[in-house]
Amino acid sequence: MEEVLFFLAALGALGGAVGVVAMRNPFYGVLALIVHLFSLAVLFLLLTSAFVAAAQVVVYAGAVMVLYVFVVAYVGSGESESAWEPIPGQRLLAPLLGIAIFVELSIAVLGSSLKALDGNGPDVGSGFGNPASIGHTLLEDFLLPFEASSILLLLAAVGAVVLANRKAAGTPSSLGARPGDERPSESGDGADSAKRSEGAPAASRLGGTTTGTTT
Amino acid sequence: MSIEWYVVLSSLLFAVGAMGILLRRSPVVILLCLELMLNAGNLALVAFSRMHGNEEGQVFAIVVMVIAACEVVIGLGLIVAIFRRRIPLDVDELTELRG
Repeated sequence: MEEVLFFLAALGALGGAVGVVAMRNPFYGVLALIVHLFSLAVLFLLLTSAFVAAAQVVVYAGAVMVLYVFVVAYVGSGESESAWEPIPGQRLLAPLLGIAIFVELSIAVLGSSLKALDGNGPDVGSGFGNPASIGHTLLEDFLLPFEASSILLLLAAVGAVVLANRKAAGTPSSLGARPGDERPSESGDGADSAKRSEGAPAASRLGGTTTGTTT
Repeated sequence: MSIEWYVVLSSLLFAVGAMGILLRRSPVVILLCLELMLNAGNLALVAFSRMHGNEEGQVFAIVVMVIAACEVVIGLGLIVAIFRRRIPLDVDELTELRG
């Protein structure tokens, strides 16, 4: 039973990963990543870590993927990637390097002569990995990293608000009209939008704060 | 299931993610592939935590999830800012900072 579940979940995780890499449309890539994350949650459950599996589903597949879906819908799937290769033979070289890193990691892990790798791991009680014991470990032994990660989250939220601020994004329109830009009409558009946002500073500030609360 | 299988699966997923980063040009897809690599690392951490019968690896995996969430927020904010400036979303075009 456990083997069947493992192979099904492994197939889902691998299929999702290959889908992310192979899908032309980023929106389908996001959906493939959701499949991948759910399969990984099943694998975490098989490793008796219920809390990590729950966090995976709620935080990753729930919150982070919604962010991805919104940004992909906003940016659009975009034009398909051009066939022009800046590095000659990139399409051939990349899979070779991927296979090389897989072989290298496998040799490093399986050749490490860790005896415990063969087994199922020690017998652990039913309380292993449940929210109560994870909470004890997190808040008693790892209080400092816990607080540091909360500060990091706060910094990321502030950074996202600054980046998404419409007014700040519109002022230096030099980036949109850099020398050698092949599309002058579009850079003119960017200057237009900068002017518009200067004309309505109150509205843009309002927009900035609403973006902040949603992030 | 022995722990070996989980670790080999994790290195396979990591390799697929690395291949995607080398292969694709759109910044959104590159962020997605970064997620793949972080999740492969998470799987290895949880597998080793089970191997030792010790929960500290799972705490590590949760911290990795926090880092991934921060990275996504900043990365997607950058992508939205780039998109608003009408710069093409292609890592070959975004070479302003390259020396």
